[in-house]
Amino acid sequence: MSEWETVIGLEVHAELATETKMFSGAPNKFGSEPNTNVDPVSLGLPGSLPVLNEKAVELAIRLGIALNCDIRPSVFSRKNYFYPDMPKDYQVSQYDEPINIDGFLELPDGTRIGIERAHLEEDTGKSTHVGGDGRITGAQYSLVDYNRAGVPLLEIVSRPDLRSAADARAYVAELRAILVAAEVSDGKMEEGSLRVDANVSVRRSPDDPFGTRCEIKNLNSLRSLGRAIEYEANRQIDLLEAGESVRQETRHWDENDGRTHTMRVKEEADDYRYFPEPDLVPLDPDREWIEQIRAAMPVLPAERRTRLAAAAGVELPHDGVTLVVERGQDEQALAAVNAGGDPARVLVHIEQNLAGDGGADLAPGRLAALVALETGGTLTPTQAKEVLAEMLTSDAAPEEIAAAKGFEAMDTGDLTALVDGIIDGHPDEWAQLAEAHAADDQKKLKKLSGFFTGQVMRQSQGKANGKLVADRIQERLQT
Amino acid sequence: MSSYLSARELAAGVRAGEWSAASSLEEYLGAIDESDGEVHAFNVVTADDARATAAAIDEAVAAGRDPGPLAGVPVALKDNLCTHGVATTCSSLILEGWVPPYDATVVSRLREAGALIVGKTNLDEFAMAGSTENSAFGPTRNPHDTTRVPGGSSGGSAASVAAGFTPLALGSDTGGSIRQPAALCGVVGMKPTYGRVSRYGLVAFASSLDQIGPFARTVDDAALLFEVIAGRDPLDATSIPEPVPAVSEQLDRGVEGLRVGVVGELMGEGIAPDVAARVHEASEALRAAGAKVEDASVPASIFGLSAYYLIAPAEASSNLARFDGVRYGLRVDAPNTNDMMVATRTQGFGAEVKRRIMLGTYALSAGYYDAYYGKAQKVRTLIIRDFAAAYDRFDVLLSPTSPTTAFPLGDKTADPMAMYMNDVCTIPSNLSGDPAISVPYGTGDDGLPVGVQVLAPALGEEVMFRVAATLEASVS
Repeated sequence: MSEWETVIGLEVHAELATETKMFSGAPNKFGSEPNTNVDPVSLGLPGSLPVLNEKAVELAIRLGIALNCDIRPSVFSRKNYFYPDMPKDYQVSQYDEPINIDGFLELPDGTRIGIERAHLEEDTGKSTHVGGDGRITGAQYSLVDYNRAGVPLLEIVSRPDLRSAADARAYVAELRAILVAAEVSDGKMEEGSLRVDANVSVRRSPDDPFGTRCEIKNLNSLRSLGRAIEYEANRQIDLLEAGESVRQETRHWDENDGRTHTMRVKEEADDYRYFPEPDLVPLDPDREWIEQIRAAMPVLPAERRTRLAAAAGVELPHDGVTLVVERGQDEQALAAVNAGGDPARVLVHIEQNLAGDGGADLAPGRLAALVALETGGTLTPTQAKEVLAEMLTSDAAPEEIAAAKGFEAMDTGDLTALVDGIIDGHPDEWAQLAEAHAADDQKKLKKLSGFFTGQVMRQSQGKANGKLVADRIQERLQT
Repeated sequence: MSSYLSARELAAGVRAGEWSAASSLEEYLGAIDESDGEVHAFNVVTADDARATAAAIDEAVAAGRDPGPLAGVPVALKDNLCTHGVATTCSSLILEGWVPPYDATVVSRLREAGALIVGKTNLDEFAMAGSTENSAFGPTRNPHDTTRVPGGSSGGSAASVAAGFTPLALGSDTGGSIRQPAALCGVVGMKPTYGRVSRYGLVAFASSLDQIGPFARTVDDAALLFEVIAGRDPLDATSIPEPVPAVSEQLDRGVEGLRVGVVGELMGEGIAPDVAARVHEASEALRAAGAKVEDASVPASIFGLSAYYLIAPAEASSNLARFDGVRYGLRVDAPNTNDMMVATRTQGFGAEVKRRIMLGTYALSAGYYDAYYGKAQKVRTLIIRDFAAAYDRFDVLLSPTSPTTAFPLGDKTADPMAMYMNDVCTIPSNLSGDPAISVPYGTGDDGLPVGVQVLAPALGEEVMFRVAATLEASVS
């Protein structure tokens, strides 16, 4: 199996974060009562006409800039097919002249994935088929909610440059981060703001031509995306290894049984009879406007990772950096470092201890103050973590919280006495340690000094500073 | 009294308090009552709404307010213009029971101007065809001879003005649907420059060709109504921002020095000799009034009909897809959604609409697009170019509006091609997007009205109306 290569191209539909719909003033809002965010245009009432939402164009341009695309004059077309959740029985979409073409997205590991196009189109309504198997054929009746009809979308089509499920996941995660950072979309997969279709094929060698591909739909999370691609690639490999062939078709991912199932075979594909939408004029954004948008672009994830890695003194790719940027907590980290916090400890705390609710809201100055207590030896890492948790719900200074928890560092004299007492109380172990020290037996040395440190920690109830304990043990060994 | 007044005079009297909107309205409603049974201009008469508006206008005048330039003037609307709270049928069964929740932009502008909307007029279903026989509610008859058609598709609006039911009416013109019935009914009908008048609320037939325009008994009244409805509308992306010229103020300027071209391609084969004779007389009248009249040529215009009958059905096939029984109008029940859509459309659309949907679907299909829709668009570009070249030499062009006078009911219903030929003179300006107006100019050998068409370049309404006014004054 290992000689097979999986080839993946992704089509991502992102709902745009506009106030109103693509072609009318009806609200673009998720979770409202069915058929309340509608007007004559989004219901496709006779006589209604579309008027392009300028904000949607601005967001498309923003994404085009973020994905290094060529931003071009474009034309809207009508894609004609009958379906009850499509009010006009055609979808207004950009077809042969899309706004963004020929870009790329860089994965955190530096791999460049080509972007074929990122074009504007309107979303459809949402059908619920009652009875039968849940599809329109055989349903007893169907309900349609047109709240989503006319919501602006960007369809972002990658080139078939992805080679694994992990790559595909990384691509969508990165694209999502870009969409959110550029305020193009809220990127919520669970609300359908981001929907992914995957084109998957396999081939024996990278030198072979592409194999026959299948398009997988219904991928509602990164986890589904990864699982579905792996399942589908294996299915195709099994077919080919059994001497059969892959049929080009659209397949539906079933989260419950963990398989993909045939939805429709490509030969049945509709003829959409595209033609230029006569109710809209060609879109030719002013170059000056594009440059204004470019100048106002926020810093994007890739640059933010570089910036954070430099501040934290780590090399890219770095999982902690990727995660902190993905969660949008890199500004918090940079500010804490600027406020004097030790960069490595700041990064660790944000990555591990500030991931939950309210973590992102912690003032960088307070985080820096906590880290200072830790690096100064007042708090152990374990104590620091505990104090940090409390800081999320309390306005008290870290020193006060530490004091309230009884986390004052031990007086150096007390600590020395405690260490010496434990050494004296364990003469056999101490003799072994001294022996290991003399023989430079690192393994044994580590084990035995760990024993003494552990005893000190237990007796001090964790208040002893580990570094000072180690220093005292060293001192005794030298004498 | 009122039915002899122009719309401008009627409104002036109402605004001055010389007579009431309410009482003059009754005269018009009386005429409709008396004769529309025979003419069938209206699908619905909204007498109560009109009376309420008239009363409000009279109150406004009494209170010293000006209700606007169309104060108290009854206006009929083609029944493909959306009217809030009043059924809009497009003379089709498929819109059965649908009541728009909004007014078309032109309807809002009429209301703001003080007009009284007295009803919705009959049309060929979805504005397709040119005789108003092709309506789910039966044909409209020509008030000049009720055995004859009024033309179409805005036949109801043309007949309403010709019969004296209303001084003004609105129609829509996709391939001549205002100008041709105006010619056949002996009234003035005008198609503005594409984008001059908002299409918001006009149920689309062919979006790139449709324009709303006025019917009136006089050129001056048509100019008045044009000024009320024209102008940029943010609800229509294809509406143009250019300010609307005050055409009414220019009507008296005459045609001295204007260069007028008679379009040779639209004067030959298929044009009845009596119609061609009236066009020649019209050109002579303009020459006598000081214009320089010469023969003109728009070579590609002879391909207009062929291009039109690909582009218009292609757009229509898409525009009419939404009538699927899901959201509004007729629904014919069936075991599943797809069958329901098929049954609804089969029962709801008439034969001509189905014919055009099929033509258009075919023209857009994969493998045929380039040969049909694509080629038609190229012809359209040629026509635009040829008109532009003609307007380098001429200020306006002249042609017949319709090849013949009004023909008998049933004469062409069995022969779609013969019906399509009606539009040969009017279609080119829909393809080019330029304005054109039909002015009554005498009668044919059968004593029925003949219309002469004045064509002008885009945004050339002012000069076009001047020429129309000169022609109107020259006819006895």
